[in-house]
Amino acid sequence: MYSLPLLSLAIWVPIGFGVLVLATGSDRNAHMARVLALIGAVLGLLVTLPLYMGFSPALGGFQYVQKLEWIETLNVNYHLGIDGISLLLILLNSFTTVIVVVAGWEIIQKRVAQYMASFLILSGLMNGVFCALDALLFYVFFESTLIPMFIIIGIWGGARRVYASMKFFLYTLLGSLLSLVALIYLYFASNGSFSLLDFYDTPLTLTAQVLIFFAFFMAFAVKVPMWPVHTWLPDAHVEAPTGGSVVLAAIMLKLGGYGFLRLSLPIVPDASHALAGFMIFLSLVAVVYIGLVALVQTDMKKLIAYSSISHMGFVTLGLFIFNAQGMEGAVIQMISHGFISGALFLCVGVLYDRMHTRAIGDYGGVVNTMPVFAAFFMLFAMANAGLPGTSGFVGEFTVILGAMQSNFWFAFLAATTLIFGAAYTLWMYKRVIFGAVANRHVAELKDINLREFMVLGVLAVAVLVMGVWPDPVAEVMHTAVGDILAHVSNSKLPE
Amino acid sequence: MQYILPLWPAHAEIFLLAMACVILIADLFVRDENRGITHMLTQLTLAGCAVITWFSANDDPTHTFSGMFVGDLMADVLKLTTYFVVMTILVYAREYITLRGMFRGEFFALVLFATLGLMVMISANHLLTLYLGLELLSLSLYAMVALQRDSAQATEAAMKYFVLGALASGMLLYGMSMVYGAAGSLEITRIAALIADDGAKNVVLVFGLVFLVAGIGFKLGAAPFHMWLPDVYHGAPTAVTLFIGTVPKLAAFAFVIRLLVQALGTEEIQGHWQQMLAVMAVLSLIVGNITAIAQTNLKRMLAYSTISHMGFLLIGILAGGLNGYASGMFYVIVYVLMSLGAFGMILLLSRRNFEAENLDDFKGLNQRRPWYAFLMLLLMFSMAGVPPTVGFYAKFAVLQAIVEAGHAWLAVIAVIFSLIGAFYYLRVVKLMYFDDAQDAAPIVPRADVQVLLSVNGIAVLAFGIFPQPLLALCVSAIIASL
Repeated sequence: MYSLPLLSLAIWVPIGFGVLVLATGSDRNAHMARVLALIGAVLGLLVTLPLYMGFSPALGGFQYVQKLEWIETLNVNYHLGIDGISLLLILLNSFTTVIVVVAGWEIIQKRVAQYMASFLILSGLMNGVFCALDALLFYVFFESTLIPMFIIIGIWGGARRVYASMKFFLYTLLGSLLSLVALIYLYFASNGSFSLLDFYDTPLTLTAQVLIFFAFFMAFAVKVPMWPVHTWLPDAHVEAPTGGSVVLAAIMLKLGGYGFLRLSLPIVPDASHALAGFMIFLSLVAVVYIGLVALVQTDMKKLIAYSSISHMGFVTLGLFIFNAQGMEGAVIQMISHGFISGALFLCVGVLYDRMHTRAIGDYGGVVNTMPVFAAFFMLFAMANAGLPGTSGFVGEFTVILGAMQSNFWFAFLAATTLIFGAAYTLWMYKRVIFGAVANRHVAELKDINLREFMVLGVLAVAVLVMGVWPDPVAEVMHTAVGDILAHVSNSKLPE
Repeated sequence: MQYILPLWPAHAEIFLLAMACVILIADLFVRDENRGITHMLTQLTLAGCAVITWFSANDDPTHTFSGMFVGDLMADVLKLTTYFVVMTILVYAREYITLRGMFRGEFFALVLFATLGLMVMISANHLLTLYLGLELLSLSLYAMVALQRDSAQATEAAMKYFVLGALASGMLLYGMSMVYGAAGSLEITRIAALIADDGAKNVVLVFGLVFLVAGIGFKLGAAPFHMWLPDVYHGAPTAVTLFIGTVPKLAAFAFVIRLLVQALGTEEIQGHWQQMLAVMAVLSLIVGNITAIAQTNLKRMLAYSTISHMGFLLIGILAGGLNGYASGMFYVIVYVLMSLGAFGMILLLSRRNFEAENLDDFKGLNQRRPWYAFLMLLLMFSMAGVPPTVGFYAKFAVLQAIVEAGHAWLAVIAVIFSLIGAFYYLRVVKLMYFDDAQDAAPIVPRADVQVLLSVNGIAVLAFGIFPQPLLALCVSAIIASL
């Protein structure tokens, strides 16, 4: 049966539209650029829907596989395929792109075409990362995402945007370059193949595995970001424009978690086991210590950035306790964090567009002038704190359950986030939203308009639906999680 | 007569030499306002060479002129690249040299003679032929650097270039005489056979090798023999820098392959020069990348970036084996493509009495001309080695070769320094995209410059998305020639 190369479409439709948008040129055609970008983003989302419809959750391995020769000399193939985990991330990515395009509709007035095009191209590239089954293809997509994000932060960012964009780029480049050396080593170890599937079956000594693990760790831990290599993230988040922060938090951080899942765990299982304690330690430091750091932030975006790091600690914790609940919890946490952190950054963006300040101290009593907004913000703040009934609860709770099977103290420490998370989120919420009207500017605030309402509304629905009925998400990934766990439990040490 | 037959491997050289003489004479009868005719004739000559080389290309190496000259696939590929790059240089440079009074017959004659030198070097199968080509190239380049007679800076650069270049040539000659002493022949393919037979003369050979490698280091611009490079790049008129910074690297690559790999490629000697190249490569990466950060002049920055690129190239060559040499060839072609575009951008922004050579001159280019800013962005990311541009695959191929050769530590060093290198390329992107324009002068390039520069920039992306053809070409060229 002939079928469309859906994965290729998911990658190239946004990129193609991005190029088209870029071609509209200067700001005189800004409206055309916006409309075209919206069409591209929506089409990009539409082509990913059949992926979900036609996906068979019970099948193991990869689906929608497409394999073309790309660089024969190096034995590199254009090899795509997805399992349940990649499917979810692709959907999240394409969905977020639509949100971001709509969210930037009026706010961005400078170089609109370049702004929209950057996001579309970025979206296509990240879809590429999630479907690549060839290591070099994976790497190319993984690295390419740096360019649009660098531009986004640098052009439309805040006052210290140059510093933040440079730091972002160099920090992440350092990590990924070392992983490139590891990939080349694996190429020779697997007798001249770059296919991830061949890497999965390549026997490796423990020393080699540990070195490869650390090379991958450099790439993915920076991206996640794990403590102590997280310092680029608060800078990048604070300086990035709202759309940039949303994509950064919702998708780009997931590239790191996904990298651990797709590369580190199955390729170097013995090293993963050997170093699991180390990874869990770092994750728990992120959860607890960064949670405390978030508590003392005075800048809303910075607070959410630290909260992201803390929540991503759950993802890495879930991955390295090696049981099904932990891993499923980690994936759910990735998806849910995509919605929640995206929504929170949008909320801060809504305030910032009106007041041009992100300092918590400049606000107070916003509920008096923006009641509808306050309601939405409330929902997302609660979700961030892990309130049952929201998606934030499902992920965190599952990871804690998984951790409990492994070690009581892991679970205990991880569970402190339910306290710290609630503390820093709700305290910020209280200071910004409640109380007396702080100043003249707050008194003049206008509530959200229809566009903002729709954006936040869609996200609110997503957060609630996933909170009360996580099955559609959990179902598609059972088999994939099982596959990865099977790989992790098989020792690859040579006989 | 039978000693010089067959002639066809050298047809392109003979044609070029004849045409250079014709152009030199014809130019005497052309008035200044019709100087375009000389330009046109030069371009036609190069196109003619391309046609000749294209049709005389064959897979098996053919020796001629009593074994002094060779035609093989590597030579053909490098020569064809040379023609196209030189033709592009002439297009990019036209406006610039016209405004600076250099749009004269001498310029074109020198370009043609330099090109001839490159071709002879690329096809040399004899140490003297190699030297002959090198000197023809160097002498033409010294004159080209000094062509702008009223510029003190250019004269100083020419002087430095000449003195250090002569020193390097002397070293090369001395090294060659040692090789002759040990092997008893100057013919490259015979040296290989002679030294393989007799291992006892290795001390003399290694002694000579030191001088050869030092000479090569000078010509490539690899540290610690790089001192001339930033001053010459900076001091020379940009149109000449464009030439010096691009095509000679192709010939230098052929030079290294012929001399070190084909003549001195026995296992023991190879081990010696690989060590020397490794030291030079690491030093080049360190000096090039770190010093480039401190530069405020784009030409100087690109000069230091060249040094670091040469470090990468040397790593490819010292990795050895088919993949190593092929990755080196791929790297050098890619480097020339990127360098061509980057210097082309400087020429594009320059105008009468204004050299756009400072980094600050690129500020806000995205506001002034987004398309050219985008092209420069591609070029810079490519130089930094960020996918999906072709610069990534160049670095990747080299890294792969060196890991295969078992020197993973060199790969790690190369990777760390390319990270440091990324910083100064990013700074150019930052200036173009994140800063506001200081200079509002309109940029109105000629149509041919617009087209070629666009092709040049897009090629960096296109070869990045489809690197296979170029990569396969390099591999087959190396297979056919070794």
